[in-house]
Amino acid sequence: MPKVTFIAFTGSVHTVEVPAGTTLMRAATDNRVPGIDGDCGGNCACATCHVYIDPDWSDRVGARGATEDDMLNIVAEPRGNSRLACQITLTDALNGLIVSLPEAQH
Amino acid sequence: MKPIALVESATTGAAARARAAALPLAELNPADPQGFVDDTVGYVFERLRREDPVHRSHSPIPGIDTYWSVTRYRDIMQVDTSHGIYSSEDGITLMDFPPGDEQKLPMFIAMDPPKHDEQRKAVGPIVAPANLNNWQGLIRERTVRVLDGLPRDETFNWVDKVSIELTTYMLATLFDFPLQDRRLLTHWSDMATSNKLTNPDAPEPEVRMAELRKMLEYFTRLWNERINAPPRTDLVSMLAHGPATKNMGSTEYMGNLILLIVGGNDTTRNSMTGGLLALHEHPQEMSKLRANPALVDSLVPEIIRWQTPLAYMRRSALVDTELGGKQIRKGDKLAMWYLSGNRDESAIPDPNRFIIDRERPRQHLSFGFGIHRCVGNRLAELQLKILWEEILRRFEVIEVVGKPTRIRSAFVRGFSDLPVRIPS
Repeated sequence: MPKVTFIAFTGSVHTVEVPAGTTLMRAATDNRVPGIDGDCGGNCACATCHVYIDPDWSDRVGARGATEDDMLNIVAEPRGNSRLACQITLTDALNGLIVSLPEAQH
Repeated sequence: MKPIALVESATTGAAARARAAALPLAELNPADPQGFVDDTVGYVFERLRREDPVHRSHSPIPGIDTYWSVTRYRDIMQVDTSHGIYSSEDGITLMDFPPGDEQKLPMFIAMDPPKHDEQRKAVGPIVAPANLNNWQGLIRERTVRVLDGLPRDETFNWVDKVSIELTTYMLATLFDFPLQDRRLLTHWSDMATSNKLTNPDAPEPEVRMAELRKMLEYFTRLWNERINAPPRTDLVSMLAHGPATKNMGSTEYMGNLILLIVGGNDTTRNSMTGGLLALHEHPQEMSKLRANPALVDSLVPEIIRWQTPLAYMRRSALVDTELGGKQIRKGDKLAMWYLSGNRDESAIPDPNRFIIDRERPRQHLSFGFGIHRCVGNRLAELQLKILWEEILRRFEVIEVVGKPTRIRSAFVRGFSDLPVRIPS
């Protein structure tokens, strides 16, 4: 079961363990990790599951999709390591993934 | 106290459902504004979702004519997130104006990428988290002042004394607009959304444009003041200094102002009214709320779902395509009926009940989805949250003492009057 760590804007840390195949977004919302909203339920349609991937993991999570790219245009503070959590599926290969969260979702 | 409105609507509801069932399918036209005045359009949507979810609709209103009605949640989501197939450039209302007609104004809600993205990025920062935090105190202060000033033991119009008052204050803050003139913002918003073809009481198109020009003059003065000053965090200053927007022509400036005034104005206003009406009509939910005020967080998005302040958004097909089993032709016009999708039981559990503690309250379509999703959505929620927090703190009872008057529009779903009485 892969583990993932969410670092909030305030610095507080939440680590959760989820079944492989869970999206990063559901890992947060299912475990009530504050700071990820996921309004659309994971359809790459709202950009409220915005996260920043820790540099050590950027080459392991894969590239952004085209729709994801379009949606990242509407987040408040996009960065090079921005992703939408609903587009990342957690596998054992991503065990230990660290992501940080923006100040708020929009 | 027994809510009288509920009893009456059970009878008229059955009649309206029967009327919708009796009409030939081809004659159903959700864009008929009468269905919004008497709030019976839900029965038309119910039948369409069931029998013809992507429906060829016809309106007798010139400029609307023929359009596709998309009524199921999933199909609406598909259209909304496929901006490469379904364009916003022909406008986001069903009304088509002749080319060159002044009534259509350029605004980024009615643009496709790349231009859309450039302009939205210029405006987005105004509702960034830092600003929302900064405005909380001011919003609460205004809300408290308005609520504490309400009359007791007499009937008044909630729309005017609360909904319009609060949302206008918020808009004036966003623009750093002179507070003593803030009712002009309401006036211009009403002018912008008025349409004589759907509402005979609306002003003539020439009158409408003359009023909107006065708005442009006023905002041009503000622009000229602020472009020569260091950049500030109000909207006018952001537009005047932003690299993507500082060279916009006056028609585009006017279009974007209208977008922000309308987008930030009657939508929140109508949710403020609609929320009170909904809680009045569902007293068991009001009891739940009073017993647990923390439910305001899930109350607010449920109000926005229930009201669906913009009933639809329009798109135009850029190519021939298929949707819900129908062949859509390039150039065809479609309405994504958010009001219908928000009552689609295949996506939202128990959608015809107002439930203030839903597990996924924000899945509703009222803000849209995709790249055009409402840029002010969190600001709208913040205003509603503060309103309900302060209502719960100070009023044990708010009585709705008469029927609401609904606006004659298939686009803006709202109220002009809600008679209310607060006992002392």
